[in-house]
Amino acid sequence: MNAVLSPCPYQVDAIDRQIVVATQAGLPLVEQPWDAVAEQLGLDPDEVVDRVAAMQAHGIIRRIGAVPNHYALGYRANGMSVWNIPDELVGELGQRVGALDFVSHCYHRPRHLPLWPYNLFAMVHGRSRAEVDSRVKVIAEMLCGARRGYDVLYSTRILKKTGLRIQG
Amino acid sequence: MDSIDRALVNELQDGLPVCRRPFDAISTRLGISVTEVTDRIGKLLDDKLLSRFGPMFNAELLGGGLTLCAMQVPEADFERVTEQVNAFPEVAHNYAREHELNMWFVLATGQPERIAGVIAEIETATGCRVYDMPKRDEFYIGLKLPV
Repeated sequence: MNAVLSPCPYQVDAIDRQIVVATQAGLPLVEQPWDAVAEQLGLDPDEVVDRVAAMQAHGIIRRIGAVPNHYALGYRANGMSVWNIPDELVGELGQRVGALDFVSHCYHRPRHLPLWPYNLFAMVHGRSRAEVDSRVKVIAEMLCGARRGYDVLYSTRILKKTGLRIQG
Repeated sequence: MDSIDRALVNELQDGLPVCRRPFDAISTRLGISVTEVTDRIGKLLDDKLLSRFGPMFNAELLGGGLTLCAMQVPEADFERVTEQVNAFPEVAHNYAREHELNMWFVLATGQPERIAGVIAEIETATGCRVYDMPKRDEFYIGLKLPV
């Protein structure tokens, strides 16, 4: 789980939004990147750092870091594992699945019966399909007894990947 | 990628401190100058080993709408429907997957109430039903892949 102080009492204001828009494509690669952002926006650097820290404390910023290109780094397989878990257990079990190193996104989502009985989604990464399969088995064992069924959906093609863009 | 790049990628996946000099700690741990840290990050981005470097935002807490959608698209119509779906600027990612539900995309809108409208427009444009799967709870986002 992310370290979030509270559900979100923090209201993003117009200046926060300027900081978001200025940095969503990336942080300047200089010794003092927030100073560069501050200069660009005509703000005090300490104010920028304080606002960024407040946004991170409230979960609006998850972290300041890098997104590796999984594919280029050798993690060529990703499978969306989906699980049918009793709703009353999904919170507890979702946290345990999400804590696994090889799981990126882990969410509780609604079912669409009868076509879609699955309510827990866990994205599993590996260097090959065989590695993803063996990791899905680890989850299957962890959920043994609670799961009523599961599936793994492999992506066959990226049709579009533009990323999220927030308007200013 | 040399051993320093690998150590750097692993460090960057953990996240940087929020302060005026966020690269200092990594520079000390890796035994290289701050300039070398930023140069190496730039090169990793240029070489597409990193897709992005900076703050990771939670779009919903910024007030936008976000959901995962799936569609069952007949194989014969797949290319046409792909073009129609991708033409919506609200579609951020779109993946073909092996399942009866064979197209999965993420919708992101500036206003949460726009999600339903965009879904209706996609259904009208494509003639396919959209299965809306907004998250009810989030257990973890982020991934650490040792390199």
